[in-house]
Amino acid sequence: MPDLKTEEMVVQMGPQHPATHGVLRLEITTDGEIVRKINPHIGYLHRCFEKHCEELNYHQIIPFVDRCDYLAAMNNEHGYVMAVEKLLDIEIPERVEYIRVIMSELNRIASHLVALGTYGLDIGAITPFLFTFRDREKILDLFEMTSGARLLYNYIWIGGVAFDLPNGFVEKCFEFIDYFLPKLKEYDDLLSYNKIFIKRTAEVAIIPPAVAIEWGITGPNLRASGVDWDLRRDEPYSIYDKFEWDVIVADGRVGVLGDSWSRYYVRVLEMEQSASIVKQALEGLPSDENVKSAVPKKVRPKEGSVFFRSENPRGELGYYIISDGSDIPYRLKMRSPAFCNLSAISDVGEGLLISDLVSLLGSIDIVLGEIDR
Amino acid sequence: MGIIENKFRDNVIITSADKFMNWARLSSLWPITFGIACCAIEMMATAASRYDQDRLGIIPRPSPRQADLMIVAGTVTFKMASRIKRLYEQMPEPKYVIAMGCCATSGGPYWQHGYHVMKGVDQVIPVDVYVPGCPPRPESLLEGFIKLQDKIRRESIATTQAA
Repeated sequence: MPDLKTEEMVVQMGPQHPATHGVLRLEITTDGEIVRKINPHIGYLHRCFEKHCEELNYHQIIPFVDRCDYLAAMNNEHGYVMAVEKLLDIEIPERVEYIRVIMSELNRIASHLVALGTYGLDIGAITPFLFTFRDREKILDLFEMTSGARLLYNYIWIGGVAFDLPNGFVEKCFEFIDYFLPKLKEYDDLLSYNKIFIKRTAEVAIIPPAVAIEWGITGPNLRASGVDWDLRRDEPYSIYDKFEWDVIVADGRVGVLGDSWSRYYVRVLEMEQSASIVKQALEGLPSDENVKSAVPKKVRPKEGSVFFRSENPRGELGYYIISDGSDIPYRLKMRSPAFCNLSAISDVGEGLLISDLVSLLGSIDIVLGEIDR
Repeated sequence: MGIIENKFRDNVIITSADKFMNWARLSSLWPITFGIACCAIEMMATAASRYDQDRLGIIPRPSPRQADLMIVAGTVTFKMASRIKRLYEQMPEPKYVIAMGCCATSGGPYWQHGYHVMKGVDQVIPVDVYVPGCPPRPESLLEGFIKLQDKIRRESIATTQAA
């Protein structure tokens, strides 16, 4: 019998693949079912964001900022607008800050709900997706009330917000929080503590804290590795220091620290904290202030540069803006959290089974719009 | 349908067969799950609980070989265009395309400075229905499905398809 030879095979995963969350392509070298090497290819959604920033003025950039991370448009706007405000050095009314925080935190919940639902889909559980989207629609209703849009809002402006909160928003938002908090238990019953789900995710694709820091992983993925770091608490911006809430750090209660299950569960717990922040902000909301009083008629910052980072649902979102004194930024660089989080998979994913790679990729919760920009 | 196309004129048998075939096709449009950008989230919302596209017989399929509808949901870049064409070619006939959102229709907000953005997916594949919006609401997409069903209802197996 002649000697049997085996060799490694290169498999392309994506750009059309249900588990790549968009148009990511992974070039995988496989040895049977085991992944030996991962080579991610990006750029299928390169929409020339930074070129647009060199051509459009500061106000006009806001809609493009929305489209970078389309799951968390409010958070992206919030970060960008605060960077420009830091450059302009203007004070904004307190009511505006409160409205911004309410919107950002609601959007964080919406974004995490999509992450949960689609992660279930990747693993093979279809029902949680329908449940999370049912609740997400209620948040989108609130956004639609305020800004008129469901997904991309262009709501947070430099120096203010586009519209004041409509009549009945506060009551409806309280109603939503009361409705939403008991639903978290439903997700736990459906998905988090589902035996099959735990088998697929616990102790799979472990990212140790040192590796996470090395690759610049931020956000829920970093906290899932046990690193206690959240910009909202450690470098408070806006009015986050006024609220009482906890930074969720994984404790490895199922499986081990830094596995896919921890990354998933940090998001579930974070939604609870976000809901609590929204509740406190609604209670402390100052009344009767003009939300557009600080909106500058012309944005012409002095020459100089600024870096500002904020906590996006996916991690640290940084904006580096260089101004040459005109109404168009000379250069705008975006530090995108999903890009840094994704870059770790070539390291972490080696030696996994192909199906576990799907579990890893889903738990990182990437948005390709932000990776390719 | 290559054997009988353009071989007959309209007659009783053809029109009855047409009605049956068209009914079958329009009642089970299976789109390929293929989200590109922001519009994909609204496409997912259309498939999810509130809008429930299943009631129109629309069930997403993960492979182009099982699909007869492609929803181009998002910005088509030059790097992606060749892949979209290839996916379209892998789909079995008859096949339909919905261009969802302004990006897939005309380049959308990226039409002016987007050096890497294709100004409309119709430059690479034929499009049946355009759904405007940035992103379109789920209601718009459902309306797009209904428009496409109307279009399929008017087809005949005796004539060559426009695509």
